[in-house]
Amino acid sequence: MIKRALIIGAGIAGIQASLDIANSGYEVVLVEKEPSIGGHMAQLSETFPTLDCSQCIMTPRTVEVGHHENIKLYTYSELDSVARDSNGDFTARIRRRAAYVDWDVCTGCGACVEKCPFKVESLFERGIGPRKVVYTLSPQAVPNKPVIDADNCRYLQSKWDIEAGRLPAVDAKGNPAKPKCGACAKFCPTGAILWDQQDQIFEEKVGAVIVATGFDLFPQSRLPEYGGGKLPDVVDGLAFERLLAASGPTAGKVRRPSDGMEPKEVVFVQCSGSRDPERGVPYCSKICCMYTAKQAILYKHRVHDGQAYVFYIDVRAGGKGYEEFLNRAMEEDSVMYLRGKVSRLFQDGDKIMVKGADTLSNRTVEIAADMVVLATAVLPRATNRQVAEMLGLAIDDNDFYTANDEELEPMVTAVPGVFMAGTALGPKDIPETVAQASGAAAKVLSLFQRGKNS
Amino acid sequence: MSLAYFPGCTLSTKASGYDASGRAVAQALGMPLAELPEWQCCGATFPLSTDNSMSLIAPTRILTQGQKAGGHVTTLCAICFHVLRRSQNFLGEHPEMLERINWFTEEPYQGTTRVSHFLELLRDDLSWDALASRVTRPLAGLKVAPYYGCLLLRPKDEIGLDDPDHPTILHDCMTALGAEVVDFPYASECCGSYLAVSKPDLPEKLSKEIVASARRNGAQAIVTACPLCQYNLDHPQKLIASGDTVPVLYFTQLIAVALGLEEAVWGMEKHYVDPRPLLSDKSSVISHQ
Repeated sequence: MIKRALIIGAGIAGIQASLDIANSGYEVVLVEKEPSIGGHMAQLSETFPTLDCSQCIMTPRTVEVGHHENIKLYTYSELDSVARDSNGDFTARIRRRAAYVDWDVCTGCGACVEKCPFKVESLFERGIGPRKVVYTLSPQAVPNKPVIDADNCRYLQSKWDIEAGRLPAVDAKGNPAKPKCGACAKFCPTGAILWDQQDQIFEEKVGAVIVATGFDLFPQSRLPEYGGGKLPDVVDGLAFERLLAASGPTAGKVRRPSDGMEPKEVVFVQCSGSRDPERGVPYCSKICCMYTAKQAILYKHRVHDGQAYVFYIDVRAGGKGYEEFLNRAMEEDSVMYLRGKVSRLFQDGDKIMVKGADTLSNRTVEIAADMVVLATAVLPRATNRQVAEMLGLAIDDNDFYTANDEELEPMVTAVPGVFMAGTALGPKDIPETVAQASGAAAKVLSLFQRGKNS
Repeated sequence: MSLAYFPGCTLSTKASGYDASGRAVAQALGMPLAELPEWQCCGATFPLSTDNSMSLIAPTRILTQGQKAGGHVTTLCAICFHVLRRSQNFLGEHPEMLERINWFTEEPYQGTTRVSHFLELLRDDLSWDALASRVTRPLAGLKVAPYYGCLLLRPKDEIGLDDPDHPTILHDCMTALGAEVVDFPYASECCGSYLAVSKPDLPEKLSKEIVASARRNGAQAIVTACPLCQYNLDHPQKLIASGDTVPVLYFTQLIAVALGLEEAVWGMEKHYVDPRPLLSDKSSVISHQ
């Protein structure tokens, strides 16, 4: 058996598992589809219940992954296929997408990002902030190497248009036509921009695999009664994290997206899509009660004269220090908790009208809010079925990966040598994810030890 | 070709203007309404109780009459439409219930009658372009806010007339007439419905919000396809000073105006807020008078 592990996904689960295995002296191949590692945790402002800065507690780990001699990192890369040989070893074909930047030459100085004249909506910022067309996800990105978003790049698009004959091959003076822009290449001090870079395929042989592909969020378009994503001041929880984050587009100031006003009345709607078998998902997304309480607290810390309201079905605060944290939100920060569902949200003038029920006072409630935050459901990755097929894994009714023995061996799959961790199996908070990732790493390590003795 | 038409109780009494304008418009558009020969109340609510065979008998009897009249029944009342379409769906999915009801009715129902709202026929059978081509006096400059209410659209899976969260059918109809459509956020909020009878203060409160929102958004008139919505929005305005009122019209009345039909068929006499001064303010309508 080859004593190397492949870890798919470099969120906090993949990072933790990689470090545990690498620090035990075995090699790890870590594959991440985004340009840098960290996953969703890199987008969070602060963590519950301690209110630690998420970036700050994670950065030592991401940096360690970036520098670790036993970790081979493939970012901006995805798994094309996995084959298994008669020894039980896996051969993974990894596709690194063309970044149009030679990362071996790039020093990460950021001149290209600064000089790029084009801005597009950033998915990392959940649509509330822009990024350049050549970009890194954040200033703390590991690796700190930019990628060029070809779909929006003026140079690449005009270059390809000229090559394909969609634009004339000669300019007005009869000279060969040149692609437009190219500012990044002009200002790059090391000549790292590679306009002809292609996707690259790498093959890696490993003896064990950990699937840590994480989660997606329920799209607002599936919540037409809440505006269906068309109301700019109705955002999801992850977007609100970006508004609260010091590294976010507003540098941590709470400003609503439509007009930049500081919202004085903010309504949080829990279970937006969760626990709704008919129109959403049947399960509880588990993290929303706590992160909503956290966001309401952080909002109050930023906007002292603001009022936060939380609509909830019931509050699930099962975890160390969680109930106390929730009480802090209600008692110290005067967050108003209303037990009931919100039936509709709509724009009326510059307010978002929130129509809901308060089932404790048995009354309907109407709040004219400046901003609404939807705690949208945790969804399985859209690619879970594809990865499950590639590796022969089982998935449940909701498309989360599922273990043979959900109670006693939740991170063990039916395929020998393949383990899993984190939200790829179902909704989980950070402590639980990290614990499970260390558990999956332990399974890999015991497999490698057994291999040693035989 | 005439359409088998079930007017329902409200259109025979309080909402007679809806009935009159609807018949006149249908006639003018070449799809005349032929009233079912013998009809009774539809029951006015779709039964939601578990033992609901009793309350399904009334709508089933109307569906049976539709069956005799060519297999299709049309309504103007959003409530009758709601009850009939949901009953039709329910009987289609529960043949045992159909059999049971047929024990009580004079004629067996086969379960195949098509139920339509007249607005739906304008869209699907006539088309908005065809309607627009018949307009002789466009409602140019009239700012009208479509108000849908709930029974015309919900529940979506059973009614299927339009998207209840972002409906467009009345918008499209008004655009075809040349009116300027005003969007307002309360367009598919409930008007309070039957609570107008048992707890009138509630619909009055809802109505005030709906009308005020339409006004804030610049509407000169509200258009609806439901007699209860019309009543609940119109009636509470009788106490408001005349300058602050917004007339509430049926879509058929505005079609009648736009098609150039004579004022006798507009059927606006019973409105608490008389729409006629507003309509005669419009130059296109003045030229007709």
